[in-house]
Amino acid sequence: MAVTAEAVRTTPADRAALREARCAVEEFHYEYAANLERGEIERWPDFFTDDANYRVVARDNADSNLPLGLIYCEGKGMLRDRAYALRHTEMYAPRYLQLMISNTRVLAVDADTITAESSFLLLETLVDEPSRMQLVGKYYDVFQRTGDALLIKDRKCVYDSVVLNNCLVFPV
Amino acid sequence: MDDGRGFPIDNPMDTLPSDLRWPDGEGTIPDWIYTDPRVYALEQERIFMGRHWNFVGLECEVPKPGDYIRSFVGTVPVVVARDKDGAVHVFENRCAHRGVEFCRSYRGNAEQFICPYHNWTYDLEGKLAAVPFRRGVKGKGGMPKGFDMAEHGLRHFKVTTYRGVVFATACQDIESIEDYLGPEVVKQFNTIFDGTEQKLLGIHRNVLPGNWKLYQENLKDPYHATLLHTYLTTFGLFVTSNESNILVDPRGRHGGLMSRRPVGRPDVEQEEQADMQAFRQGMKLNDPRVLDFVREFDSPWSGAALTIWPNMTALRQTNILNTRLIVPRGPNELMMIWAVFGRASDDEAMTRHRLRQNNIFGPSGFLGIEDNEALKFLQDGLRQSMPRVGLALLGDDAETPDTIITERAIRAMYRYYRQVMGL
Repeated sequence: MAVTAEAVRTTPADRAALREARCAVEEFHYEYAANLERGEIERWPDFFTDDANYRVVARDNADSNLPLGLIYCEGKGMLRDRAYALRHTEMYAPRYLQLMISNTRVLAVDADTITAESSFLLLETLVDEPSRMQLVGKYYDVFQRTGDALLIKDRKCVYDSVVLNNCLVFPV
Repeated sequence: MDDGRGFPIDNPMDTLPSDLRWPDGEGTIPDWIYTDPRVYALEQERIFMGRHWNFVGLECEVPKPGDYIRSFVGTVPVVVARDKDGAVHVFENRCAHRGVEFCRSYRGNAEQFICPYHNWTYDLEGKLAAVPFRRGVKGKGGMPKGFDMAEHGLRHFKVTTYRGVVFATACQDIESIEDYLGPEVVKQFNTIFDGTEQKLLGIHRNVLPGNWKLYQENLKDPYHATLLHTYLTTFGLFVTSNESNILVDPRGRHGGLMSRRPVGRPDVEQEEQADMQAFRQGMKLNDPRVLDFVREFDSPWSGAALTIWPNMTALRQTNILNTRLIVPRGPNELMMIWAVFGRASDDEAMTRHRLRQNNIFGPSGFLGIEDNEALKFLQDGLRQSMPRVGLALLGDDAETPDTIITERAIRAMYRYYRQVMGL
């Protein structure tokens, strides 16, 4: 029987299951962010299942049911191709990244998956420029549970910062 | 009678100050056209408010009566709205009363537009429909008796729709859009906008810290395409070994970069590979579906990037279809509004194919990142360094249009620009 966030008000056992899941998701987020901040983009696909979907969608498109992605990956192969391009072929200015992930809410837990929402904030710092907010929005995630480990099965990043500052180089 | 300026401007700048003189030499471009606020002001008047058709959006963005979007003509915020009879109107997003920019949503559906400050109300054609307390209260106050509602509508642009594309102009005395584009550009345009209904997939938006003309230049510049972009060269989308055509319209305003992608990988000679650092002979994709080409165009070219003067680009590349609206935001910044679309007849698989392929373009696309970064670096150089001229010397104007290593189209654009600007 799946535990959902509505159940949080009813039984202490369910509440404990959701809290345990939130802790697991938060640990996942921190490792994911640390990896991007270290610049190890080639390891980014390792956080996903082989059949994962990953999309970065502008808030106004999401609200209007328009499917266009700023980034739109179906399957790990497309994630690997983006990681390869960013590491080896793309031309862009060097930058430091800080990816803040917070306000994680676990919405549902079952034997195989955790469904959660979190807020993200990507800060970028370029040479001779002040730090700036580059992307802010919400993750809508489904995690695959494999033993103690989590992998992203579906991540939709909906960003409020619809008018992008020049371009989004690295994924969130 | 009509000087080509459209709306009357209170203090027209008849000429630029004498310190701004174009340097001698056809292929030289002075820095100050990208940075000087006086040049920028005159461009708004002569180019965006002048005798030109401005792109404002696609009909598939406003498919139903009452649908509207925010858009821009030059720097001027406008609303593009479809009325009850299905006609598309373009009017200034500025209340006739005190000047409030009243439409605050990217898109929506409305019966009418009500300014939030004093509730002046406009219909879907931009005509003034209601003024609260027009007669005052108890016989006192209110608008003057002679106030004519018909004279106080929103400023309305002349509109034409062509193959699902909406254009607007401040100039009443202007040729048809087909004559404006000319037959050669129309032919390429009609391959992208093939006369069937379009389906909007979504909009990308970004600001870019560069002068608006740099984006027109970028898509008139086949030289950079072969050098900067690994995806174009390595996978044969646009590369020196392709059969290509660099279209320049006779007046120098519009243009196109067309190319025919080879079956399989491009066969680039060793000598050319040495010059093209972006070319990666051994690069393979984990998911090659992204580059699949579903045949859908009646054209020898697999890709065409069109520049339509002054504020539009239209692209088909493999199965990617998009337009870009260039919005100037001061001499040193532009905003880009990308409309990405498919055909109404696309099935679910084709839509997903287009969505996957669109990873190549847009402000997080494999090409988009590189272009936006390169143009930012360019404006940084123009804005902050000691003045000097830029060079666009490659190729000869008399060479045939299959010449790739050329800046012929950029030179042609600036010949036209200098005429319009009196430079």
